[in-house]
Amino acid sequence: MNVQSPPEALKPNDFASDQEVRWCPGCGDYAIVKAVQRSLANMGADPKNTVFVSGIGCAARFPYYMATYGFHTIHGRAPAVASGVKLANPELDVWVIGGDGDMLSIGGNHTLHVLRRNIDVQVLLFNNEIYGLTKGQYSPTSKVGTRSPSTPAGSVDSPVSACVFALGCNARFVGRSVDTNQKVLPGLLQEAKENKGASFVEILQNCIVYNDGVYSSFTDKANVADGQILCKHGEPLVFGKESEKGLRLTPGKMELEVVTIGEDGVTEDDILVHDETNRPLALMLAGMQPPDFPVAMGVIFRDPGQAYDEAVYSQIDEIKENTEAIPVNDLMHKGKTWTVV
Amino acid sequence: MATQLKETDESGREIIDSVVIRFAGDSGDGMQLTGTQFTQSTALMGNDLSTFPDFPAEIRAPVGTTYGVSAFQINFASHVIKTPGDAPDVLVAMNPAALKVHLKDLVPGGTVIVNLGSFTDRNIEKAGYTSNPLEDGTLEDYRLIEIDISKLTLAAVEGIDVTQKEALRAKNLWTLGLMCWMYNRDRQPTIDWLNQRFGKLPNIAEANIAALNAGHAFGETAELPSEISTYVVPKAKVEPGIYRAVTGVETTCWGLLVGAQKAGLNIFLGSYPITPASPLLHSLSNLKQYGVVTFQAEDEISAVCSAIGASYAGAIGVTSSSGPGVALKSEALGLAVVTELPLVVVNFQRAGPSTGMPTKTEQSDLFQSVFGRNGDTPMPVISASTASDCYECAIEAVRIATKYMTPVMFLNEGFLANAAEPWKLPDTDDIEPFPVEFASETEGFHPYLRDEKTLGRNWAIPGTPGLEHRIGGIEKDYDSGNISYDADNHHKMTKVRAQKVLNVADDIPDQDVASGNTSGKLAVVGWGSTYGAIEQATRRCQEAGLDVSHIHIRYIWPLPKNLGDLLNGFDRILIPEMNNGQLVTLLRSEYLVDAESLAQITGQPFKVADLEQEIRSRVED
Ligand code: SF4
Repeated sequence: MNVQSPPEALKPNDFASDQEVRWCPGCGDYAIVKAVQRSLANMGADPKNTVFVSGIGCAARFPYYMATYGFHTIHGRAPAVASGVKLANPELDVWVIGGDGDMLSIGGNHTLHVLRRNIDVQVLLFNNEIYGLTKGQYSPTSKVGTRSPSTPAGSVDSPVSACVFALGCNARFVGRSVDTNQKVLPGLLQEAKENKGASFVEILQNCIVYNDGVYSSFTDKANVADGQILCKHGEPLVFGKESEKGLRLTPGKMELEVVTIGEDGVTEDDILVHDETNRPLALMLAGMQPPDFPVAMGVIFRDPGQAYDEAVYSQIDEIKENTEAIPVNDLMHKGKTWTVV
Repeated sequence: MATQLKETDESGREIIDSVVIRFAGDSGDGMQLTGTQFTQSTALMGNDLSTFPDFPAEIRAPVGTTYGVSAFQINFASHVIKTPGDAPDVLVAMNPAALKVHLKDLVPGGTVIVNLGSFTDRNIEKAGYTSNPLEDGTLEDYRLIEIDISKLTLAAVEGIDVTQKEALRAKNLWTLGLMCWMYNRDRQPTIDWLNQRFGKLPNIAEANIAALNAGHAFGETAELPSEISTYVVPKAKVEPGIYRAVTGVETTCWGLLVGAQKAGLNIFLGSYPITPASPLLHSLSNLKQYGVVTFQAEDEISAVCSAIGASYAGAIGVTSSSGPGVALKSEALGLAVVTELPLVVVNFQRAGPSTGMPTKTEQSDLFQSVFGRNGDTPMPVISASTASDCYECAIEAVRIATKYMTPVMFLNEGFLANAAEPWKLPDTDDIEPFPVEFASETEGFHPYLRDEKTLGRNWAIPGTPGLEHRIGGIEKDYDSGNISYDADNHHKMTKVRAQKVLNVADDIPDQDVASGNTSGKLAVVGWGSTYGAIEQATRRCQEAGLDVSHIHIRYIWPLPKNLGDLLNGFDRILIPEMNNGQLVTLLRSEYLVDAESLAQITGQPFKVADLEQEIRSRVED
């Protein structure tokens, strides 16, 4: 079960463990594990210092397939366990893996706090808008009207947008990609890892068994160009086969609209330029829904600040400098004592 | 204090060998502070002492109401004492509500000191009296000392730059001054403390000190009723050594620190604020110079999970809470059991179920600790009996957790957390180190390789080259540590986990007898904070020639190996507990003994006299 760390230049496959992968054939998780392995190889990650922490669900099986350290914990609690791992040893590169039920339902509270604290971990949320492992109930990201064993007549409660939630939690890095997009995903993961602080990445994942095609309106080959927009800092927010469409602020309103360059007097200059440090803009981009809008991909928001673990240790270091760690015997003798002879 | 022949010292002070004083007032009256300062001075005088702070759950309950009354009891003596005392000899009542709540506990003929200034019609009515208890004969059978403490305090601080409200707040210090005079306590420690506490507000310090001194001077000069004398309680004869007054929170904190140092690990505390456990979070947060990391988590679950994560990464994970919080941690404790990671859970028990009575003490989480998780999920459970004992228990918890790779439940109690007692300072060098050795050998490694003797698994931490591995809540294969759903393997692993915990019994002392013979008519068996009351009651009975022994159990799970034989040596077994009968059920099921329960679930400690009576009724024939 243990894998020796080869000295240098690991290949994606070197990050694969010897465990038989148990996801359903055709599950989007296969593509994600490949992307992560590729991304780790690209970054020159060190398996001995890499830890994957997961909760419960299909996605949470992830650590077993990685030839790194891994901890498959309990439902919803991966961000909390990961926080302890990182705080006990900030040298470690810690990744948190979970699904939409894991991280937005039972563990929503921990997702909120790991993000707002800005602990230097990467949080990868595999969103398939369904509960897979428990056989297909609707999830907190399922669209209204989702028929499932627990909602035979369709769900009636409105879903949460993972990225909007993360932005609301004050996350300082929020990105999104699609499971099979091997062009965007590995690079996005690398940027997440390079960001100091909590990095949140939503990966839209297809559950072939219980929710097949839930994203096809914008992930099918024919729909990608018009259905997605890749956000790049400093570049105009354009999409479409010929990059002929773009986003702009509706004049006089705090809302986005899709426009076509060259129509209705719209020029390239009218198109909004992506500013990844602008949280209100990020909230609007993250919240865009098909079919009226393209789905935002890439780094939607990035505005680094001091990581919690770094702050904790710099405080400890400062205290250590100013306060001597006297022997505990002396510590206990400090204060009012008396002697009995 | 009910001395017949009055013995006096050279200054005319009556010599008494023990006294129980209860300070009671509104929660805003500073009774806890008065009690704590009086305790400090008493400790420095060399008396043995025991205290019992008893306060309402509300931070500031409406002024003058009975449910807003806060009290602090101290028992001090020239001999060894073990409890805060059954009934106060002296009651200091700062308002009518305090009198109303506490008068019933006072010994017959006891002394009541009241703050006359607070006995207004409105306050008397708020306390639920229909007439003034100072005038209607309510206090006929007591020695009443009426002093307008409010007025005298205002007079004492006149000329000092404080508001009327701030001036009045100092009345607890005026009272403390008077009590220091009555019982010959030194005021200096309090003066030092005030100067330090209000360093940035010198006027407040000055006012408080003036009030303290005025209260003392009042005693010296006032014409108090002649039967009110001044007292001296000579030093207690105790073992030589350096002492200090401590609470269970302090000793738990130091014990954890020493335990971690002996193991060679850093402490990571994940905790969520809860009464009465929060003080441990505060204390450990002040020890960052030792590399202690404290993490105020978003909830109880995150608190325990972060501690488990920290242990996974090579720290000693600690989480502290009280019963309801520990309930929330249960699932994660199962994870720690199955992943076999060290973890210390400190449970400051309080009255339950549910929210129960947060500030009242109880011992009702024994079942939760031993049995309260899904699946077959055993973990060692140890319990502290005194504030001093918390130190050793905390060290034991770290030792067992790291040696056996298991979570350990350390049962503490709200009573122990807050109560103060003198503690002979230990020498940390007396504790044998138990350094942790992390796995490093790659040859033949798997995460569930076990020590043949203890059955503890090897601890390989991230960062170690070549030992990359995955663990988790799913059942593991005995031989490889990989996921396994094999039926026989699950049976085997369940047995191994149970045996590992039972092996701790080879590593703990045999159960001793706290007092009395190792066999006989009656064994009174206790655990936790009932130690003092049971010990004192059984000793009194033993002195009266009765055949009774006291057995006090620290290791709740696994139980000491000789305990069954020991219990079988007694005709009867009586188990007093501050719960509805939990240890008694455990012992009956483990040893098939006919143990009898003596349950008290009042949120208050046992009274020695009550226990004595229970014992007598069983052995006197
Ligand atoms: S149930 Fe869905 S998400 Fe789970 S493994 Fe199968 S395809 Fe993947």
